[in-house]
Amino acid sequence: MRLRFTGLAAWWVQRASAVFMLLFIVFALVAFWLYPRHSYLEWRSWASSPCVVMAILAFFAALLLHMWVGLRDVLLDYAKPAGLRRLLLGGVAGSLFGMAVWVVLILARLQT
Amino acid sequence: MARSTRPVFLNLTQIRMPVGALTSIGHRVTGVLLAASVPVGVFLLDRSLQDEQGFADVAGLLAHRAVKVAMVIVVWALAHHLLAGVRHLLSDFDVGSPLRLARRSAWFVNLGGVAVALFAAAALS
Repeated sequence: MRLRFTGLAAWWVQRASAVFMLLFIVFALVAFWLYPRHSYLEWRSWASSPCVVMAILAFFAALLLHMWVGLRDVLLDYAKPAGLRRLLLGGVAGSLFGMAVWVVLILARLQT
Repeated sequence: MARSTRPVFLNLTQIRMPVGALTSIGHRVTGVLLAASVPVGVFLLDRSLQDEQGFADVAGLLAHRAVKVAMVIVVWALAHHLLAGVRHLLSDFDVGSPLRLARRSAWFVNLGGVAVALFAAAALS
């Protein structure tokens, strides 16, 4: 099976990722409200703790999947010539993949 | 008689849109806006976690007036998108479908997004 996130699968991905991100946003807002991080060391040590690393990875996984479903919907509606649409969809997919790698590298650098 | 001569009037600046249409279009526009701001967010995360200097650079950047204005816009987009999304989720469970309720929740979403943005503006200034 190809992983394409279309149809009913996309519907579920969009909703599940939305609910997860909503929870993460509440968690992050409360965390920053209760414990503001004013220095680099505080910020870094918070962001590199295992639980937060897992939460950030899960958040970006949800965000990038959510972006794929949403941007794909927009392109299917407006990018009419099939060639242009494929080009733009490919560009979006490549950018999302690139951002996923970027986030993993940011978090991996913290562990060293 | 098959061919109708009724005028087709699709000038979006002159159509008076129902409030739900604004919520819906807003959901899409804010989604694209948020998608565009994600790479910026990842870049700021990257810089802020790089070293002391990067953290100071990001803090300095976020203190600029123009950047604060951009942040308020992004907060508005997020608030509208989030509220409109919750409205969508509720309608998946058939909550709020009657027109009166749907119009009221659409007003709530449109004004709620602006209210959150004003709150953010006050908090940042």
